[in-house]
Amino acid sequence: MNLPTPSKLKAIMSRVTFLMLLLASSQTHVVAQESPKYNRDIRPLLSDRCFKCHGPDSHSRAADLRLDLQEEAVKDRGGYWAIVPGDADGSDLWERISTTDPDLVMPPPETGKSLSDEERTQLRNWIDQGATYEKHWAYAPLKTNLENTTLSETIDELVERELLAQGLHRNPEADETTLLRRLHLDLTGLPPTREQIESYLREESGDRYANRVNQLLESPQYGERMAMYWLDLVRYADTVGYHGDQDHAITPYRDWVIYAFNRDMPFDEFSRDQLAGDLLPEATVDQRIASGYNRLLQTSHEGGVQQKEYLAKYASDRVRNFSMVWLGSTLGCCECHDHKYDPFTQRDFYQLAAFFADIDDLQSFKGTNSLPTKREPELEVLSPLDRLRIEGLKNQLELLESSTEETEDLSHGPDRQVLLNQIEQLEKRRRRTMVSKAIKPRPIRVLDRGDWMDEGGPVVEPNVPGILPSLSTVSDSGPRRATRLDLAQWLFEENRPLTARVFVNRIWYLFFNSGLSSSLEDSGNQGEWPTHPELLDALASTFAQSQWSVKSLIREIVLSKTYRQSSLPTPEALESDPENLWLSHQTRYRLPAEMIRDLALMSSGLLVDELGGPSARPYQPAGYYAHLNFPTRAYYADKDQQQYRRGVYIHWQRQFLHPMLRAFDAPTREECTAQRPISNTPLAALTLLNDPSFVEAARVLAQRSLVANDSSVAPSIKWIFQQVMTRGIKPDELQILLTLYESQLQQYQQLDPTALEVLKVGMAPLEEQLVPAQVAAMLFVARAILNTNEAITRN
Amino acid sequence: MNLQRQILRRSFLQASGVALGHTALAHLMNQDAQASTRAFDASPLPDLPHFAARAKHVIFLCMAGGPSHLETFDFKPKLAEMDGQPMPESFTAGQPIAQLQGQQLKCLGPQFKFRRHGESGQEISDILPKLAEMADDLCIIRSMHTDQINHDPAHTVMNTGTSISGRPSMGAWINYGLGSETDNLPGFVVMTSKGGRNPQPIASRQWGSGFLPSRYQGVEFYSNGEPVHYVGNPAGVNRDQQRELIDSVNALNTLRNQQVRNPEIETRIAQYELAFRMQTSVPELLDFSDEPQHVLDLYGAQSPDGSFAANCLMARRMVERGVRFVHLYHRGWDHHGDLVPYMETCCRLCDGPSAALIQDLKQRDLLKDTLIIWGGEFGRTPMFQGKGQKPGRDHHIQGFSMWMAGGGVRGGTTYGTTDELGYAAEDNRVHVRDLHATMLHTLGIDHRKLAVKYQGLDFRLTGVEPARVLKEVLA
Repeated sequence: MNLPTPSKLKAIMSRVTFLMLLLASSQTHVVAQESPKYNRDIRPLLSDRCFKCHGPDSHSRAADLRLDLQEEAVKDRGGYWAIVPGDADGSDLWERISTTDPDLVMPPPETGKSLSDEERTQLRNWIDQGATYEKHWAYAPLKTNLENTTLSETIDELVERELLAQGLHRNPEADETTLLRRLHLDLTGLPPTREQIESYLREESGDRYANRVNQLLESPQYGERMAMYWLDLVRYADTVGYHGDQDHAITPYRDWVIYAFNRDMPFDEFSRDQLAGDLLPEATVDQRIASGYNRLLQTSHEGGVQQKEYLAKYASDRVRNFSMVWLGSTLGCCECHDHKYDPFTQRDFYQLAAFFADIDDLQSFKGTNSLPTKREPELEVLSPLDRLRIEGLKNQLELLESSTEETEDLSHGPDRQVLLNQIEQLEKRRRRTMVSKAIKPRPIRVLDRGDWMDEGGPVVEPNVPGILPSLSTVSDSGPRRATRLDLAQWLFEENRPLTARVFVNRIWYLFFNSGLSSSLEDSGNQGEWPTHPELLDALASTFAQSQWSVKSLIREIVLSKTYRQSSLPTPEALESDPENLWLSHQTRYRLPAEMIRDLALMSSGLLVDELGGPSARPYQPAGYYAHLNFPTRAYYADKDQQQYRRGVYIHWQRQFLHPMLRAFDAPTREECTAQRPISNTPLAALTLLNDPSFVEAARVLAQRSLVANDSSVAPSIKWIFQQVMTRGIKPDELQILLTLYESQLQQYQQLDPTALEVLKVGMAPLEEQLVPAQVAAMLFVARAILNTNEAITRN
Repeated sequence: MNLQRQILRRSFLQASGVALGHTALAHLMNQDAQASTRAFDASPLPDLPHFAARAKHVIFLCMAGGPSHLETFDFKPKLAEMDGQPMPESFTAGQPIAQLQGQQLKCLGPQFKFRRHGESGQEISDILPKLAEMADDLCIIRSMHTDQINHDPAHTVMNTGTSISGRPSMGAWINYGLGSETDNLPGFVVMTSKGGRNPQPIASRQWGSGFLPSRYQGVEFYSNGEPVHYVGNPAGVNRDQQRELIDSVNALNTLRNQQVRNPEIETRIAQYELAFRMQTSVPELLDFSDEPQHVLDLYGAQSPDGSFAANCLMARRMVERGVRFVHLYHRGWDHHGDLVPYMETCCRLCDGPSAALIQDLKQRDLLKDTLIIWGGEFGRTPMFQGKGQKPGRDHHIQGFSMWMAGGGVRGGTTYGTTDELGYAAEDNRVHVRDLHATMLHTLGIDHRKLAVKYQGLDFRLTGVEPARVLKEVLA
């Protein structure tokens, strides 16, 4: 009699358990009762637990077994098979994952990995049902069945379908002020002004929301908001990063990004200009500025750097960033070995590096220890924004001159002079910026284990990863070496789904705080299976078909009901879908660092809303740069209007990022950041409480409210509240703040006059006609409001 | 939660790679949504410690710039013999080299005398008289080697295990794994001091949290101005006023939370309380008036003036209060020239306080719970470099010395060797990742299991190459 082995018994048990679970949940459609799907259920399991030793990396492969390729997994291995489709019991894989023998069990205990009973059952069922493999979702062709509907309708349809399947419902639309604040913050990074709220509430047209969307997309602040994110991806910063962390010249690139988003430059063109603007025939100044992308990496001026070592570092840095930004893939590990989980090889890594081998890093290899350091090739340019301004002024001038000729009206003389002076001033705002310049490409070798001293590896030509559609470059005289320009164009050729999926997933994240695939930094085997694959594809294909218009994509997203719904979860939704995977409500989350700053400056009226320009230096704790050397660094906070610029313009010192930005999770931009963490710490509390920028903003809010309300207390408090929160104050909230005000006022009337020092924080002028103790007490009210969770939350 | 939802949710989590023992980033990012009652998140990971811990705290004394092993812990008589002669090419051919690129390489003999000390008879040079007195507490590793020959990337390797930016530092990993033991202070504190050569730049990356949430990053304490950024009230604002303000903020947040039920608000309220507590606990920490004179004398510190001596005393005060990881940098150790005078300065500033720290912790019975690690990001060449008035040495990564003391390591031990000229680590070679694995081991952490999934990969402090716990040096 054949008794089942313990492992078999266990397998039977787990099958029984699984069946019981299925019975328990047979009422409605749930995922668990479907047969396991390779992409959704099996690939992530195999990838995480098995591929490291039985996957793409030939060097670490054990038992010469690959489970990532169907033909390898099912082949005859001398009388036994890893996987026999349709027969788990006959499959060695099942035997090995279900045994209790520690010497045999997979994954081996020393890897720290294991499979749960449920996971084993899934694998078993998958094998029993035929062990069907599927192409990885991110690389599969786009599925598009968008018919006669707008993208926003499609979004709602596809989201609704999943919601229904889960027994959930979409929330009703958010109340109008919440929605308005959300929309303004999401599209411009700023809360709506009092006037913007009033005009919205006054407008009776059914299109008022759509109108506002269009207005905001056309506002210059849209570009600033989008740049905040793009600059994280491409790791834009004002300093070199390594060792002395000297300033380098690059701000015109940042302004170009803002300008490009504002004019809705198609994403393919936007990408091409950055990767290869300098290679375009008769490249424009803007295209050359954009090519500064290739210079954004960290560089070192440390004495004793070995050129060969650092050229290898720079090459890897560029491959890491390129592959993260445009392919959503982690190629970094392929510097030393084939990827353990994804079908990328070490050769792929160096072939990608070869695209960038023509970038002139040698002219300024050592750089200087001056500030800013000179890193040729650089250009001295007017930013596109300043050139636009000059163009505008010249048009005015022309108009003026033509009208002067006709009417011979000499009274326009001074105006003409004003215009000329303005043009002259703008012409002076040329800044230096690093650009790409192609030189003869240096040979790129495959480096054994990434060792830059190794010279034994083959020299490789530029090429794209083998798993992706190929790139062919043929000229009349035969094949030619592929360039960065070829690479940039290849990204956007037809049937190139990855580029589009990666980007739309990240755009979705900007409006829901989570991607449809939540791993924004990895679309590979280890990445998260998208919750709504069809929706991701619909977004990607529409994006591609719309000539890569980012504004159109965003417009459709924010017009959707899915976007407009309330962020307040129902208890039912919280319980059954705590991560809000199925989008039964909008998301509430703390604002990014820059927006928190902008909110305080904007609501107090301090914000200087000029576009572009040199980087700004807000107040910063003394001595914060004490660890910088070569040369030693002193920090001088700006003493003019530069002090009140938006967060996107803050001087980005990689090694010592402004403490306010750090406290609110802004990245140092040493590497690509696709998603910022959101923390909630006492350091953030201390920053918001005590950073002079916020204390000053609170004072100016207090002053303005008292002036606007003839120093009457309750109306002033209401005014501040509305200014910061975009909504009216409630009676119990008012009561709390009135109590605070009265108590502080009383104290200020009794305290030593030095207590009023608080009014001297920041350089904004005092309102002399106001009573200092009242201003100080109202300052506390403003501080309290600015410090609430609601103020810094997007709902 | 009904069963089908449970299944659904679990199967989704599994399908999306949230595996047992491995925390996915998305999960980490959501952790803040849970109200925390402690400043920098107290709770250890569920599977930690992996085994009994020997140490609870780490104090890392980083001699930034790279101190010479040949003048401190690794006596090389053969090098003395060969002083002034060409360095044999058999040692240097094909090896990386920093500032000596393209120069004639010649030997520079040890510049100080070595003697045997303590019952263990450890060999230590005369430039470190106070540490020599603690010889029986030191576990000297003479066979360190690392990957990076320039300061910035070498520090990054020492702190994060790789030269690629953006990875969590050791202190962040350890606080992430073990949680904090203090209610009022950060679990990871960094302090720096100067003296000796033109100070080394130190990037905040060295104490960054990388892809871990920022609450795990090191918090820098300063000797000038405010000890922690924004810990002081705005000018003219007193403690009662600040308290009242925070009460009002919390009252507004509570009201709001009644309507919107947002766990993030509860956390925010807790963090404001903690912020307020820090405004008191930090100044207390910096107030040495409760230290008896003999303790101040032991360290050679009078006030928290940012000197290495004062920082060592601060480190003890922090450890007493439950700070998990204290990182002290002394920035004067890059001696390309004038090795002797600079060594004299640096050792005068660091020798006594380092020894005092061991002694003081020992007296308080804290040494057994505290692992002290001393060393630079690399060592220095056996070859002469002539950058100053007097001889110096260049950066060197093939062999150098560090020491550990306390928390579970065997004092009075010398581990590993370099070759006869002190060029390359020979016996029992110890890579930086082996040091990391050993440090984690003393804290009860299996370095292979402390992993976080990011970019689809399992990241560890010790990376992907094999790392070895130095069982031989454990007590």
